[in-house]
Amino acid sequence: MGVFKFASCDGCQLQLLSCEDELLSIADAIDIVHFLEASSHVEPGPYDVALVEGSITTNVDRNRILEVRKHSKYLVTIGACATAGGIQALKNWGDRSDYLRAVYARPEYIETLSTSTAIADHVKVDFELRGCPINRLQLIDVILSLLADRAPRTPRHSVCLDCKRRGTVCIAVAQDAVCLGPITQAGCGAICPAYQRGCYGCFGPAAQPNCDSLADWYLAGRATPVELVPLLRNFNANAPAFRECGDRIDPFLDSGGTT
Amino acid sequence: MTGDTTRTIQVAALTRVEGEGALRIYLKDNRVTDVQLSIYEPPRFFEALLRGRPLEETPDITARICGICPIAYQMTSIHALEQALGIAITPEIRALRRLLYCGEWIESHGVHTHLLHIPDFFRCSSSIELAKRFPKEVIRGLRLKKTGNRLLELLGGRAVHPINAAVGGFYRAPRKAELHTLTDDLKQGLQDAIDVARWVSSFEYPDFDRDYEMVAMHHPEEYPMNEGRIVSTKGLDIAANEFEQHFEERHVAHSTALQCMRIPANTAYFVGPLARVNLNPSTLSPSAKQLMSEVGIEWPCFNPYKSIVARALEVVHAFEEALQIIADYQGCSPARVSYAPRQGEGCWATEAPRGLIYHRYATTEDGKIAFAKIVPPTSQNQRQIELDLADYIPSVLGGGDSETALACERLIRSYDPCISCSTHFLKLEINRQ
Repeated sequence: MGVFKFASCDGCQLQLLSCEDELLSIADAIDIVHFLEASSHVEPGPYDVALVEGSITTNVDRNRILEVRKHSKYLVTIGACATAGGIQALKNWGDRSDYLRAVYARPEYIETLSTSTAIADHVKVDFELRGCPINRLQLIDVILSLLADRAPRTPRHSVCLDCKRRGTVCIAVAQDAVCLGPITQAGCGAICPAYQRGCYGCFGPAAQPNCDSLADWYLAGRATPVELVPLLRNFNANAPAFRECGDRIDPFLDSGGTT
Repeated sequence: MTGDTTRTIQVAALTRVEGEGALRIYLKDNRVTDVQLSIYEPPRFFEALLRGRPLEETPDITARICGICPIAYQMTSIHALEQALGIAITPEIRALRRLLYCGEWIESHGVHTHLLHIPDFFRCSSSIELAKRFPKEVIRGLRLKKTGNRLLELLGGRAVHPINAAVGGFYRAPRKAELHTLTDDLKQGLQDAIDVARWVSSFEYPDFDRDYEMVAMHHPEEYPMNEGRIVSTKGLDIAANEFEQHFEERHVAHSTALQCMRIPANTAYFVGPLARVNLNPSTLSPSAKQLMSEVGIEWPCFNPYKSIVARALEVVHAFEEALQIIADYQGCSPARVSYAPRQGEGCWATEAPRGLIYHRYATTEDGKIAFAKIVPPTSQNQRQIELDLADYIPSVLGGGDSETALACERLIRSYDPCISCSTHFLKLEINRQ
């Protein structure tokens, strides 16, 4: 197995190191031959499994992911950056030169694309594990699945179901909170509502989300577009279901199109 | 190595550091002419993408700068915004914030010490290889780290990108009984941390004492985390809001990370656990203070390799303080101080696991971010690491290029650079002429 990083915060690969009880057993079961954050022992491919964290934001990385794909049997993307472009995909809605000038005194030193895009926009991806950050237990299940040659059992239902399981009183119903739980994939453990705040969608769209219906309901008295658009447009901003809904209700966007 | 006095050494990518970077060393007749620590982590433009966002999202967004120390980004942005909004928090919220920071120091120092750094002292490539020789010690390290994560999960909701910290306080304050479920594990953690500090202080360290200006926060009554003045081993003593008058970020061609320098003299400086321990020995917890005198180091210490001992002492401190905060906790109501948005500007500094971190924000009347400036610890240490390497490399040129590269990586790792915070790290390339 190889672990590869593109534009990201390292938090998802850290989840592998956060498997404190399982880390040594995992290392017994598989040979990790490329994991720069954890090991100086690096072997060239081919790899049975490549875990890919991060999004594509530079020309160099656009070429690097092609190489990783070429040498990998299974390519699994981990986290919101790799599966949807991450928070840095907000620049897809902005002006690249303006972003460069805002951060860097010498923009000419920086090489960057105008977009941040998911790995699947560039190469074939065999499995996507969502979350910002991913859930380490889901990651272990994916690794075990690959070892057992079965499909991973990652649920695609919404956060709502996990709130019920956890016994959390619905904050969208009881407190009129704006909560993305109904359209967001479970996996986090439904933590935000349990901590008295609305879900902000960090696991991305659930299976068959009815984003427009939920948005229209919130817009009918509970939130303004100016409040709702940033909620749909954060860590999974470029996930199609969230992007299309956010663009539809964005009062500052003419035709709903983005770069 | 070529036949004449010109040769090139390359290390493809620095390993066991967070994020990605490269090192280029230029040599002429075996004399170092330049060292460039190059951060090729792709830029993610956080300071630009925050503009126009609702201010209450700022801790959620800045957390994503670094998956290893999200609390540092959350705490610093929250405090800076509270300055901008004129919010005064309660002593109970303040204590819970310190507890949250204790969790991050335990987790982050735990990762760096056991998974990234200790393998160097036994010439192992990873903690997995180290575990074959020192199974008990590695398992102890993982256990300690796990307790840090449990603390973060309880108080923050989860360990990576916690969801509970808010401008004004917390979304939900923990119940007393919930916090008390951590006490047994924290007591075990304190004992483990004391054993780790004794173990790492028995390691062999290169002699490499340097004339650093070490910079850290200082508070008269508590070990610095969330609050204090910024002081240095060369006499600096300023309020956090004077930071930009004494420190300035520069953009260099070889890096997507900015480099921060002391102004007006344009000198490098050193932040992190060793700077904190040197400048704050009197406020360490009782067990950490006791160990400080036992570990055979003359304090203040200016050997960067011994940062791991400072890190271990801080883990002892964090466990002991966490236990004290939990023992004293009587609940926290309100969990969050309410506020009204206003046009304002605020800045703040806190101590991330890797060192001083500074944020400044401007807010708009309708509660949006108008401007953001973020100075992470690694951008501050970057120039000092380059200067250290320039002095250190001549002593390690004799052993062949791969040995030179390995020695450089070890020195860099002792700083615990966190490169993904290169909102903006390492391939080694040595050019010899």
